[in-house]
Amino acid sequence: MQEASIAYLDHAATTPIRPDVLDAMVSVLGHDFGNPSGGHSVARAAKADLEAARESVASDLGASPSEIVFTNSGTEADNLAIFGAARAARAAGHGDAIVVTSIEHKAVLAAARRLATEGFSVSEAPVTPGGIVDLEALGDLLDEQTGLVSLMLVNNEVGTIQPLPEVVELVRARSPRAVIHTDAVQAAAWVDVATLAADAELISVSAHKLGGPKGTGALVVRGLTPLVPLLEGGGQEHGRRAGTSNVAGAVGLAQALRATVDERDVTIARVTDLRDRLRGRLLEIPDSWENGDAAVKVAGNVHVGFGGVESEALLVLADRAGVCAAAGSSCSSGATEPSYVLAAMGLDPADAGASIRLSLGFASADTDVDRALAVLPVAVEQLRAAGGTKIRATA
Amino acid sequence: MSSMGSLGSVMVAMSGGVDSSVAAAMLVDEGYDVTGVTLKLWGGDSDTGCCSASDTDDARRVADQLGIAHYVFDFTDSFHGDVVDTYVADHVAGLTPNPCVECNRTIKFGRLLERVDALGIDLLATGHHARVEIGPGGRRQLLRGHDSAKDQSYVVAMLSEAQLQRVRFPVGRLTKADVREHAARIGLRTATKPDSQDVCFITRGGRREFLREHVADRAGSFVDGAGNVIGEHDGYARFTVGQRRGLGIAMGERRFVVDVDAGSAAVTIGTPSDLLRDEVSVRDVTFVDGPPLAEISVQARAHGPAVAARLDGGRVLFAAPQLRVAPGQLIALYDAHDPDVVVGSAVAR
Repeated sequence: MQEASIAYLDHAATTPIRPDVLDAMVSVLGHDFGNPSGGHSVARAAKADLEAARESVASDLGASPSEIVFTNSGTEADNLAIFGAARAARAAGHGDAIVVTSIEHKAVLAAARRLATEGFSVSEAPVTPGGIVDLEALGDLLDEQTGLVSLMLVNNEVGTIQPLPEVVELVRARSPRAVIHTDAVQAAAWVDVATLAADAELISVSAHKLGGPKGTGALVVRGLTPLVPLLEGGGQEHGRRAGTSNVAGAVGLAQALRATVDERDVTIARVTDLRDRLRGRLLEIPDSWENGDAAVKVAGNVHVGFGGVESEALLVLADRAGVCAAAGSSCSSGATEPSYVLAAMGLDPADAGASIRLSLGFASADTDVDRALAVLPVAVEQLRAAGGTKIRATA
Repeated sequence: MSSMGSLGSVMVAMSGGVDSSVAAAMLVDEGYDVTGVTLKLWGGDSDTGCCSASDTDDARRVADQLGIAHYVFDFTDSFHGDVVDTYVADHVAGLTPNPCVECNRTIKFGRLLERVDALGIDLLATGHHARVEIGPGGRRQLLRGHDSAKDQSYVVAMLSEAQLQRVRFPVGRLTKADVREHAARIGLRTATKPDSQDVCFITRGGRREFLREHVADRAGSFVDGAGNVIGEHDGYARFTVGQRRGLGIAMGERRFVVDVDAGSAAVTIGTPSDLLRDEVSVRDVTFVDGPPLAEISVQARAHGPAVAARLDGGRVLFAAPQLRVAPGQLIALYDAHDPDVVVGSAVAR
């Protein structure tokens, strides 16, 4: 699917589609084209595909089928959770306060900030220099007025696994009426979401981080958790998300998630070896460092900085040599915006701007690491030579 | 990878406009190894400036059509500091800044050219209507664009021969009509895009609104040439030497701004003859390739006329009296004998 000469190290942005997922989706698109909301045989065939997908996703996320709401993206799932739960909490008189962390994905942060303009009280809990939510500070933000807490399970930039079970405990103790949402979009590839998020009412996932298609996500809505829908219409998804169902997308998500769960241990073991080799060699470069606490990172994440190097230039040299990596948080134009995640971790702008993310995944191979290691150290040296950078003494 | 030419590598600054689109296309045709780049320069709330998302999409689409890689460099920090802040500070000082010149000096042929060097790319190209030609001894010369109506040599007149060795302006040898025709022929979506207007970071409300938001202006008096107060204004920073419109005072004959004094916030008003000068003091004189002969012609506006003059140290002496050049404005210097050849630049005091 990708040129053999390309080292694709941007799995946190998106993954290649798994061939069996593609086949399953093509089959649905080609044959089971019916609208699953209908009553005839063609509709029933599509409905059967949709509900089988729903059962599969529910099983892999530790939920029941009726708790799965298919959406058109992870962002939509996050938006539905944040807007939907906050508005429902307000309507029920459960409190207008929303607590998130400063390193949430923009799909959560921007939604919460929008709610702040609608009169909700929004607090952003700080994180440690290692990129983990500061539990004590988070606890201080919680009170009886808290109606919604959102904590990502794994951060998209630095790959840190967040202590969701501990946060759940804190929230239950201090904010008994609060609904807990977790953005598990980055987590599903690497951790057991069903276990770690067992006590969260709302869980977002996205297919394309798992070898599935872009344009499909899901939100777990536990039990009778009140949720005001974003899309009103024909009552699909139990009235929580109107719009004709994307059956092929749901099938793709289900199959990608199932493959991910089935292979997870093997993938983690394999990718950990690749990651350790990649990270180890890169950190031998003088004045380099890793962003994010390595002890709590998912296997696929390498986030490294090289003093005095502009990541924007480094990524161009990498790309020209067939290495696809990323920095900051990408925006639609292809520009890289300064990372608010690294800023929240306390990195100064120069160090944040000198950092890149290499994210591995199920499709990564030794050759990808070989190429990255053939390219990046030389590129760092070239840019430092051009910029006349003095290497800082390492402590 | 179709363009891996033996001519070397070039990065084209693609604004999403037709000129830089065609510049990239021409370099691909010539056989260069071409890479496109769009600069994100302004993080403000406008989506209509030179660095808006839709312009970036246009540039990226053109790059796709040409089969070349395309990147976006976020230079908003430099642009804010070196161009926008300078623009504001100049207005506060009562000067008439030229932010496009400043952007060319500090961003496009400053930070971007350094970036191109660091990346190991041989050349930087832009869509400016100017020409870089090989002169005597292989030295590079800077010339006016072939289309005199679209000539942009004025805004790149600060470039040095050393920079010109690494800079290309492919569309400078075409007319604007040629450029659009070329773009249409190869099916570029930018073919009929209107020319950009004015300063990219000033959109809604125009210059006056921008200044109102960003400049701590002070009200003051209109005075005549003898210093007599003849009226009041609400802020000196919005006035420019030579300005006629928007004075808000009724006079019997045509009146112009003759001087702006930031210290006293006084704006001097006079007749056209009060604006005539035999010379202009200059600073920041640059030469493309060493000092020119004393006889030159000078151009003080992007598309104004060039007039005969002599350069005498820190002064430009006009052959015949000229309207006063607003302090802060760039003056492009041309060869008196070959009026297409840029020899340098200076800034009016």
